[in-house]
Amino acid sequence: MTHQQALFEYALRLGDNALILGQRLSEWCGHGPVLEQDIALTNIALDQVGQARSWLTYAGEIEGKGRSEDDLAYHREQREFRNVLLVEQPNQDWAYTMIRQFLFDAFNFYLHEQLTGSRDQTIAAIAAKSLKEITYHLRYSSEWVIRLGDGTDLSHRKMQTALDDLWIYSGELTQVTPLDAFMAEEELGADLDRLRPRYEEKVREVLEEATLSAPNLPYHQQGGKEGRHSEHLGHILAVMQSVQRAYPGQKW
Amino acid sequence: MSDNQLTKHFQDQIDQEVKIEPKDWMPEGYRQMLIRQISQHAHSEVIGMLPEGNWISRAPSLRRKVALLAKVQDEAGHGLYLYSAAETLGIDRDELIAQLHQGKAKYSSIFNYPSLTWADMGAIGWLVDGAAIMNQVMLTRTSYGPYARAMVRICKEESFHQRQGYEILLTLVRGSEDQKAMAQDSLNRWWWPALMMFGPNDEDSVHTQQSMAWKIKRKTNDELRQQFIDATVPQADYLGLKVPDPDLKWNDERGHYDFGPIDWDEFWQVVKGYGPCNRQRMRDHIAAHEEGAWVREAALAYAEKRAARLETAVA
Repeated sequence: MTHQQALFEYALRLGDNALILGQRLSEWCGHGPVLEQDIALTNIALDQVGQARSWLTYAGEIEGKGRSEDDLAYHREQREFRNVLLVEQPNQDWAYTMIRQFLFDAFNFYLHEQLTGSRDQTIAAIAAKSLKEITYHLRYSSEWVIRLGDGTDLSHRKMQTALDDLWIYSGELTQVTPLDAFMAEEELGADLDRLRPRYEEKVREVLEEATLSAPNLPYHQQGGKEGRHSEHLGHILAVMQSVQRAYPGQKW
Repeated sequence: MSDNQLTKHFQDQIDQEVKIEPKDWMPEGYRQMLIRQISQHAHSEVIGMLPEGNWISRAPSLRRKVALLAKVQDEAGHGLYLYSAAETLGIDRDELIAQLHQGKAKYSSIFNYPSLTWADMGAIGWLVDGAAIMNQVMLTRTSYGPYARAMVRICKEESFHQRQGYEILLTLVRGSEDQKAMAQDSLNRWWWPALMMFGPNDEDSVHTQQSMAWKIKRKTNDELRQQFIDATVPQADYLGLKVPDPDLKWNDERGHYDFGPIDWDEFWQVVKGYGPCNRQRMRDHIAAHEEGAWVREAALAYAEKRAARLETAVA
């Protein structure tokens, strides 16, 4: 793996995580449980898509083939996407959406905290800007996990079910792939082995306050980071890319 | 003061352009007319999120996606200010939403038309927000203080949305033949419904006279409609798109555009609930509200638990 290839793949992964989660969250727009939360969740969707634009633009620059953020978002096949499996899981209901968001935010927070110290100045700069947003996201999703976990019997049950279903995707967040090992070694990316205990501690702390229990699983699902996705991503892209694909080469 | 004196004092205030505030005495009819109008306006903002929300996941560039998300989010914000303005009249949001779901409160019929292509995101911004602005600029001077103040803020954002919509169409008409055709098709479908947004002709409008006397409205439906047409036709010309009205012609003598007859049968069909998306919009809104019930209940239950724990901790 060359330095340039690694940087490109890494920026793509960061961009794809943000893009696919932003796409999922934006499906809520106009359908939230109450107007104030519709607005709040749309804010997070806006931040995610905004972050995706920064990372994908940077990925295109590193690659040096003249691909723009839109070329990368709209003209790659699902096997070329590098997002983790967690972010492509369906919204289902507010419980799934909040559990997914919390698990991702907790990881994303410590990830970006480390990335602000990257030897690559662009990575450090995008991470620093994003970290402010992610700090808010984590506070928001933590509060909702606690509120609904410790709310009514019904909300507790719904949250526990969502956690049981989504937990299997949480391991991939801190899974060290050869790319992660390279990026940590070069001090360009995050050291996930160093990150993992802090992430796990945060999750443990919030789940405990929420009176929820993390399942104890012998195995976790992974593969998104290498482009092996769940069935959901194909549908997300079929919708997201439809106009660009139907009218190739146009300006919008 | 007797009721007659109160009514006279109230009308004097209105005539002297003094804003009416929530704690001031007001005739029950004025209160009811405002609740009806402000809630209808709030519901329109919220139901209006649906046809545009329909294209967020398919926005053809990331820049457009962000802009559309932000726009629909602004509409949610407008809904919130307007519900708050209505609440100053002594009715709460839950009751207003219940009235919407029971079909007792209305929202703008324009949102019962489907958004079929990306160009509709342009046409809605340009024409629908454009028509709304004509009405809302007038309402910044409406006699009820909280409503007027909500409108000032809303108008700033709406005019930004309108420019954004126009710019979407401008990009399309400068693009391929397919894109230009998409823009023209969108104008063809949205033009007449946009003109209907101003409501029935003045002679058929039941509320206009009283509303003007109380200075809730300051221009009639037909005046606003004409003003909209006069402003919008040159913009269509600049886009190189054809307004779908064979009778549309500048009238030098009147200093206005003449235009063809509006299909009021279609207008009433949609108002009465038989438009292309009436049932769908209401079903979607009710579903979101019902599916959100457990979330709202749990949030309340948690807040109560927390308050009780704090109390125990203090005691």
